[in-house]
Amino acid sequence: MYKYREEELIIKAILVLEDGFTLIGRTFAGSGEIKGEVVFNTSMTGYQEIITDPSYKGQIVTMTYPLIGNYGINIHDNESKKPQVEAFIVREYCDYPHNWQSEGTLKEYLEQHNIIGIEGIDTRALTRHIRQDGAMKGIISTIDDDIDSLIDKVNNYPGLIGKDMVKHVSCQEEYQWNTEGKYHVVAIDYGIKNSILKMLEENDCKVTVVPANTSAEKILDKNPDGVFLSNGPGDPVSVPYAVKEVKKILGKKPIFGICFGQQILGQALGLSTYKLKFGHRGGNHPVKNLANNHVEISTQNHGFCVELPDKNELKKMGGYLKDLEVTHKNLNDNTLEGFKHTGLKCFSIQYHPEAAPGPHDSRYLFKEFNEIMSEK
Amino acid sequence: MPKRTDIEKILIIGSGPIVIGQGCEFDYSGSQACKALKQEGYTIVLINSNPATIMTDPEMADRTYIEPIEPDIIEKIIVKERPDALLPTLGGQTGLNIASTLHQSGVLKKYDVELIGANFDAIQKAEDRQLFKDVMSDIGVGVLESAHVTTLEAALEFADQVGYPLIIRPSFTLGGTGGGIAYNIDELKDIASNGIYQSPTDQILIEESIIGWKEYELELMRDKNDNVVIVCSIENFDAMGVHTGDSITVAPIQTLSDKEYQEMRNEALKIIREVGVETGGSNIQFAVNPENGRRVVIEMNPRVSRSSALASKATGFAIAKIAAKLAVGYTLDELQNEITYETPACFEPAIDYVVTKIPRWDFEKFPGVKNNLTTQMKSVGEVMGIGRTFKESLQKALRSLEQDRHGWGADGKDIYTYQELTSLDQSEKADMINKIKIKLITPNSERIFYLRYALILGMDIETLYEYTKIDKWFLYNLKQILDMEVELRKSITSTTSDSLKSLDRDLLYQAKQYGFSDKQLAYIFNKDESMIREHRIQESVEAVFKLVDTCAGEFKAYTPYYYSSYEFENESHRSEKSKVMILGGGPNRIGQGIEFDYCCVQAAYALKEENREVIMVNCNPETVSTDYDTSDKLYFEPITLEDVLNICRKEEPDGVILQFGGQTPLKLAFALEKEGINILGTSPNSIDLSEDREKFSEIINKLELKQPPNGIAYSFQQAKKIADRITYPVLVRPSYVLGGRAMEVVYDDAALENYIDKAVELSTEHPILIDKFLEGAIEVDVDAIADGEDCIIGGVMEHIEMAGVHSGDSACALPPYSLSDIIIEEIKQQTKQLAKELNVLGLINIQFAVKGEQIYILEVNPRASRTIPFVSKTIGNSLAKLATRVMLGEKLSDMGLDEYQKTNYIAVKEAVFPFIKFPGVDIVLGPEMKSTGEVMGIDDNFGMAFAKAQMGAGVLLPLEGSVLITVNDRHKADVLPIAKRFRKEGFSLIATKGTADYLRDNRLEVETVSKIGEGRPDIIDYMKNDDIQFLINSPEGKAALKDEIKMRRQALLKNIPIATTIQGAQATIEGIEQLRASKLDVKSLQEYHVD
Ligand SMILES: Nc1ncnc2c1ncn2[C@@H]1O[C@H](COP(=O)(O)OP(=O)(O)O)[C@@H](O)[C@H]1O
Ligand SMILES: Nc1ncnc2c1ncn2[C@@H]1O[C@H](COP(=O)(O)OP(=O)(O)O)[C@@H](O)[C@H]1O
Ligand SMILES: [Mg+2]
Ligand SMILES: [Mg+2]
Repeated sequence: MYKYREEELIIKAILVLEDGFTLIGRTFAGSGEIKGEVVFNTSMTGYQEIITDPSYKGQIVTMTYPLIGNYGINIHDNESKKPQVEAFIVREYCDYPHNWQSEGTLKEYLEQHNIIGIEGIDTRALTRHIRQDGAMKGIISTIDDDIDSLIDKVNNYPGLIGKDMVKHVSCQEEYQWNTEGKYHVVAIDYGIKNSILKMLEENDCKVTVVPANTSAEKILDKNPDGVFLSNGPGDPVSVPYAVKEVKKILGKKPIFGICFGQQILGQALGLSTYKLKFGHRGGNHPVKNLANNHVEISTQNHGFCVELPDKNELKKMGGYLKDLEVTHKNLNDNTLEGFKHTGLKCFSIQYHPEAAPGPHDSRYLFKEFNEIMSEK
Repeated sequence: MPKRTDIEKILIIGSGPIVIGQGCEFDYSGSQACKALKQEGYTIVLINSNPATIMTDPEMADRTYIEPIEPDIIEKIIVKERPDALLPTLGGQTGLNIASTLHQSGVLKKYDVELIGANFDAIQKAEDRQLFKDVMSDIGVGVLESAHVTTLEAALEFADQVGYPLIIRPSFTLGGTGGGIAYNIDELKDIASNGIYQSPTDQILIEESIIGWKEYELELMRDKNDNVVIVCSIENFDAMGVHTGDSITVAPIQTLSDKEYQEMRNEALKIIREVGVETGGSNIQFAVNPENGRRVVIEMNPRVSRSSALASKATGFAIAKIAAKLAVGYTLDELQNEITYETPACFEPAIDYVVTKIPRWDFEKFPGVKNNLTTQMKSVGEVMGIGRTFKESLQKALRSLEQDRHGWGADGKDIYTYQELTSLDQSEKADMINKIKIKLITPNSERIFYLRYALILGMDIETLYEYTKIDKWFLYNLKQILDMEVELRKSITSTTSDSLKSLDRDLLYQAKQYGFSDKQLAYIFNKDESMIREHRIQESVEAVFKLVDTCAGEFKAYTPYYYSSYEFENESHRSEKSKVMILGGGPNRIGQGIEFDYCCVQAAYALKEENREVIMVNCNPETVSTDYDTSDKLYFEPITLEDVLNICRKEEPDGVILQFGGQTPLKLAFALEKEGINILGTSPNSIDLSEDREKFSEIINKLELKQPPNGIAYSFQQAKKIADRITYPVLVRPSYVLGGRAMEVVYDDAALENYIDKAVELSTEHPILIDKFLEGAIEVDVDAIADGEDCIIGGVMEHIEMAGVHSGDSACALPPYSLSDIIIEEIKQQTKQLAKELNVLGLINIQFAVKGEQIYILEVNPRASRTIPFVSKTIGNSLAKLATRVMLGEKLSDMGLDEYQKTNYIAVKEAVFPFIKFPGVDIVLGPEMKSTGEVMGIDDNFGMAFAKAQMGAGVLLPLEGSVLITVNDRHKADVLPIAKRFRKEGFSLIATKGTADYLRDNRLEVETVSKIGEGRPDIIDYMKNDDIQFLINSPEGKAALKDEIKMRRQALLKNIPIATTIQGAQATIEGIEQLRASKLDVKSLQEYHVD
């Protein structure tokens, strides 16, 4: 077989899903065996942001765009300190990147962190399979080529449902992201992306980042102008401790949640969450802002979603919910993309206004956070 | 809010004839718009002078005006039809310019016509380059330093400030006409003065050069609620300095990080909002400095453009259709994504493949023209290749080009072979590198192949980047293709005797994934293509088909739009329905244009009506045939044996139609038949009969018809013998060519020898054909349909120029305007005889030459001809549709058709030429086709129809002024009556000495003017001073004189109408007489056809 780099040996890699669906490729980075939930992302650019996004913890990510690695890796585009995906699957990896910002290859970067990257996979077939049969557990191996054994392994792997992934990616210690800013924001780190922190900073916030299990008291003690609930990996029901603390903050401080943050806020308000068949991951979903009927092209990255009862049901549900207002809706499948509670001064968004990667259409939401923080 | 109900009737302006820079993409967009708006219940009034378009099919609009796209004419249509709105954004630059004119002259206001899609302000802001820059600076978007000047002095002044090189771009012109790159003061003087002249507003923009930056393009859509989406992003393979239309381009963008891309996107959004394009598509071009990421905006087109067609095909997003709907008030979120059904059109397509567009040039048509690429577009068409990798899509696109290449080299067609280049010694190698370096530094149409030679020679990516500024990512991909080839070659050196036996299956599979064609593999392994195919199938290395679905597989897609690749999963599944496959015509080029696409689309419509599943195969993104809703299934694939067989293996069609796609599919006839594919219509054998000289002569003799005396020669000796027998002048050409490629009239032995030296180099496999050249014969084209028993004549067209001017370049009239009824009848009879003898099933086209009472047969084409749409529009019946039914087995006698009747109106077709783009080229016509497009004029008399055709072609016949006559001795007597008629209409006459003397001897008042070199003021001065309104010039014969060429070029530059034939002059005076005597009226096809 033809090698893209002369000195390298070709290492065959097998991908097996829990239902036995098998594809064979080769590694372009690393080797070994790894399990995770296999998901696809349809963004055509931004592989570096995706790989380093802590929300992908526990997941093996495949890119639907076939050519990956083209513009290399640079230090500015990281969403966290290291790659967070369990493994990375592409159709064709490029080992000769060219871009003025590039500081190295994707292969080097993944290998530095012992992440397996494989190529030569019919990623479209894989995507279609997941679309039809739902997100699935999978295994990639370069050491075991017995398919049955791999199926066994993957089926013995518990997967992500109900599992707390947050604890693997949340910071251990509280830290100060920046020291200047009109608004003091405490950001609860369920796996926060750098670009969210940068957006907050750009929007005149001084951000204190605290671990996911920080108590409400401790947060309120800091008397912040607002509390931010970050994105994060895994099943939102797996972190009841987080929901419990947020509940205590409701009404006391303005709250803004993004993605996992919305799922936490939703639970705190009494809504439930569910797992989407194969999730939303990409940079092209239309989301309608119901306040002005404007459509935003959004960045999406979530496998779970907050249940959306209709208006009447909400009314009947009572409690906080009767005043809950849906603000954003996904036009592809009508799922809930954002809600707010004016009385409690809290709102949240299921998608990613900070983008990275993806369109910047929704960055105004950080301004809205400023606004509710300035209301006295 | 749904569509507007306050407007009912919408006027749509088409883009007119196909010219360089404005191809059939606007037929695609216009057709989509017409269809969409008609569906919405609006009444559509359409104007387009181009009869070859699908959009001018009478069913497409309620009222179809095939009239010149001129402000006065449109005003007449507006007065007559009183439309509520005008949609100007789908007819290219032509449509937009005309709409601006109509707005400025107050016509729109006067008749209460609203501009929809883009308002006048937005058009101004985007199109006026200076205004655009000012606006951009205001909103903080980077632009280049530049000056807008109207005089040469001002241009020079700017140059002093900024330095060279400089880019010159005239305002409001198309495809960079009149622009260029000036590296020094002399070039600046040349280009700037020409540019000022070319611009309709006498303005040019000179600008600092950023040659070598990366070039990008974004396609946007905006609705009235200010929702904006980016439909497609495109990256140019060739760096800034090569016009986008001449660049290889790739979608999506490959080498920008997400941040860089999003910032560009943000800017694009800002720009479209600021310019104020209310609804519809726009495209914005950016340049990015590869050193530091600095970005500037180059230009914006506030309309559907050439790239929109590409973007539509590249993503599956129906840009034109949606733009039309947005223009009438819909918003993006109200419209459905027609591919997924469930999701709205308000999204940004995600694609999971790579699209590569490669332009098609026809430089060899214009001897003496360099194939260098600059900021002025020169390509005449394009192809698109879709693959899962850039490598695959590039190689597919290259083999789609119809230039006898089967991929990126390694196909037996390389100028320098792999073996040659790898066995050079050191000094040879150094020489070769120098030779190749030049070809890399100056962009040219062959550069992509020179990159291959360079890589084989071991030049590294850094060096190639330095020479070409093509992004290293692209160069690396090219290198990978070469590395694969080397790997394949290595596998041969093993000891087994059969080179294929030692070929590892994985390697073969990977080679296919890299886009290697069987032909390339056959060349590398020294086997037949068929052996590679068999081996491949045995090893189950077979193509699969993937869907173009706008969403990268995220949603279920319903639109059957496929491309092939070598992958795990196949997504195209055969249905049980009876199915017919149509092979399209490939890229537009001179000799094969939109006409063939028209026929393919008509066939698709007819097949649908006959309840067949239609499978379309084509690779030209500009076309209607590659619109996914034209057929039941679309395969966007190269039209080669391998690619077509791949589809046949999956689809097993009941039959394949080849005769509508021109020469491209026809070439495959025998090979497909051999593979057991059922060819519908005329059999490959019959096609061969008509193309094989000897066999055809036998038929002519058998039927006792006449052919010009002729012969076939394989050597100069043979050729000379034939020439002696049939006597000079003779017409020579290589066998098997379309569009009269390399065809020449030769007057003596020396010229014959000279020609053969050249021609044999042109094609070693084929002999040359020699015919007696019939001087002064009237050429006649006939289109007919035959079913094996009957034959119905569609139309008999009389050419205006004599035989010797290629039928594609000659104007012609339907019905004939001077031929006697007896001759016409005889021509019809001969057509029927030939159709029967050749066993034609479907269309047949015959070209005759009539000399006195003698009728000669020049050529028989048992297939769709260039004139099918022209005839169909004129007679009001679609010949291609009828022919399709015949091919399915229906009998003409059962179709209730009347024999072709003489109409009481007359249509004239006129050709349109690209000479303006090729400096220094002579504009005289000959047997080699040079036109890129055509227009039609229709009226109730010949003169007016001719005048309209001229107008449509951009030639405004003068109604007064001076006529310059300078003709050779043979034509002096013929020109006399014409000169008299010009006098009678009040024109004054100017002539060069010989002609002037002759006219004066015949009692005409003439002013004598000096020829070039005979003293000043000379002809050129007269033209420059606007003292000449019409020029009659018949060439001196044989080789045209340099001075003559200069004179004709000057006329071209000054846009002075010129007749280079006596017949052309005659028709012109007839047109002028009509224009002076009566009012020009407009009338729609629907009205003509009812009468
Ligand atoms: N300042 C410049 N420096 C170098 N190349 C340029 C510059 N401006 C334009 N070009 C090149 O010329 C081409 C044509 O220019 P553009 O403004 O897009 O005109 P058009 O209206 O013909 O498309 C571009 O595609 C680009 O490659
Ligand atoms: N024997 C001939 N005498 C004069 N003109 C001819 C003769 N044969 C061909 N021509 C001219 O050359 C043109 C091209 O020749 P044709 O055989 O039709 O080639 P093509 O295949 O390119 O259409 C014709 O349209 C006609 O004007
Ligand atoms: Mg341009
Ligand atoms: Mg011909």
